Amino acid sequence: MADMFLSILIVSAIAAALAALLVVAQRYLANYGKCRIKINDSKTIEVEGGSPLLESLAQNKIFIPSACGGRGTCAYCKVKVMEGGGPVVPTEEPYLDEGERKDGVRLSCQVKVRNDLRIEIPEELFSVREYLCTCTRIRELTHDIREFRFELKEPAEITFVPGQYVQLFSPAYDGNEEVYRAYSIASDPAEKNIVDLVIRLVPGGICTTWCFEHLKEGAEARFNGPYGQFRLSDSDAPMIFVAGGSGMAPMKCMLHHMKNTGNKRKTTYFFGANLVNELFYRELMQEFEQSLGSFRFVPVVSRPGEGDPWDGETGLVTEALRRNIKDAAGCEGYLCGSPGMIDAAVKVLVELGVPENKIFYDKF
Amino acid sequence: MNTDGVLVQALVVAFSAAFTGNILLTNFLGMCPFLAVSRQVKTSMGLGWAVLFVMTGTCILNWVVYWHVLVPLHLEFLRFIMFIIMIAAFVQFVEMLLERYSPVLYQNLGIFLPLITVNCAILGAALFMVIREYTFVNTVAFGLGSGAGWMLAILAMAGIREKMKPDRIPQGLQGPGITLIIVGLMALAFMGFTGVLSGG
Repeated sequence: MADMFLSILIVSAIAAALAALLVVAQRYLANYGKCRIKINDSKTIEVEGGSPLLESLAQNKIFIPSACGGRGTCAYCKVKVMEGGGPVVPTEEPYLDEGERKDGVRLSCQVKVRNDLRIEIPEELFSVREYLCTCTRIRELTHDIREFRFELKEPAEITFVPGQYVQLFSPAYDGNEEVYRAYSIASDPAEKNIVDLVIRLVPGGICTTWCFEHLKEGAEARFNGPYGQFRLSDSDAPMIFVAGGSGMAPMKCMLHHMKNTGNKRKTTYFFGANLVNELFYRELMQEFEQSLGSFRFVPVVSRPGEGDPWDGETGLVTEALRRNIKDAAGCEGYLCGSPGMIDAAVKVLVELGVPENKIFYDKF
Repeated sequence: MNTDGVLVQALVVAFSAAFTGNILLTNFLGMCPFLAVSRQVKTSMGLGWAVLFVMTGTCILNWVVYWHVLVPLHLEFLRFIMFIIMIAAFVQFVEMLLERYSPVLYQNLGIFLPLITVNCAILGAALFMVIREYTFVNTVAFGLGSGAGWMLAILAMAGIREKMKPDRIPQGLQGPGITLIIVGLMALAFMGFTGVLSGG
């Protein structure tokens, strides 16, 4: 009996001593003092060394997009490190191609700040802010898609390019860790103190489950943004929109913007759903058809049930695209939806004559 | 025993650990990193140095813990768990030290260090050191010798694999298959050292 207690005591004592040693080592060895990060040769910030670059920048309110939370798996947080980043570490290797390595591109979550750095980030990331807001309205759009309206409190206004997204913060709950997840802004960009997000419940999804089960009207929430390169081009070329499910969000935002700015580009919007009752925003789209002039909304239902009267397009959204458009040379494609849908739509658009560099998309 | 005698004995222990009783080729310990990282001489060298260093360091630490903590308390049966804890902590500590003071070394060895924490050759060496009841000096020699032996084996293997690259190997034998056959031949060759030392 005494032996047992003694052995437990000894093992615990030695383990505790080693742990203490490591904590002390962490405190003194991993302490790199103050480091200066020079950004785009203009702005310099001073940070406490020893943390990943991504984290150090976030503490200074410079938000680099990151979906995986700094684990080095999403590769969104790429920045150019011109000086002081050290060699590429093995965890970054799979995400950097030859050209990027030459340009000094690194994953900011994997670069530790150990000394002074000189980095380059896209200028627009400076306008990324963290927004504190109140959820003021939740609308059921279909059985698994809801529209969440957020009224901004601090800062009170947001300026963004239609098509961009924000990263919504989901706090820790029921044993799930806190995460940020990206959602495109769906609301009218003219309403600067409002952000609508269209969110589909992903079974088992941490953030979407939080939105559907824990986020209530009147509750506080926060997000950061805006991010993203998905946006309307400056040309007058006719446009083909293809979206499915919550991929509606950036398209709706772009249509609001086109209405606000009197943009009369010829636009055809193919929107795919499985069932008739999974279509949403139909009245709104009819309004756009009238107010925009040369806009046509083509809802496509892949399995119109027996009970639901449906006389519109059926089948896959790509099949409807093929039926309705014979020649798309000179057009631009804008796609938002699941990777599968996007890959299929890109293939069809290319076959119809749209050059690949004129197809823009947001995969999720 | 006079100082000369101690040194000679230590040399014998080191030599036998590296050659006649090579931890990899006669005991077949530490095979996973041996098979995985023996494609290039350069990376093998990095891993070899890391093993040499960690093996020597942990043998010394574990000798102290075993003879001065576990034996006086009659808790020898705890040596497995104790050795593992010591090895893990040592590797962590060394990693931090390198990261701070020698970025170049960290870049070369850093990624291998965590790999070695779970390397059975490191634990194996510590356990041999106990079973054979080495003195402190002999333990240091044994750690160095075993590490050097392991490094020698992986360097030889990497050299052979680099030479073999252009060769056409039957599909079923590519990768681990041919490597294991080569290890077997190398083990046979190392058996030739047996008898070089009497009582080694």
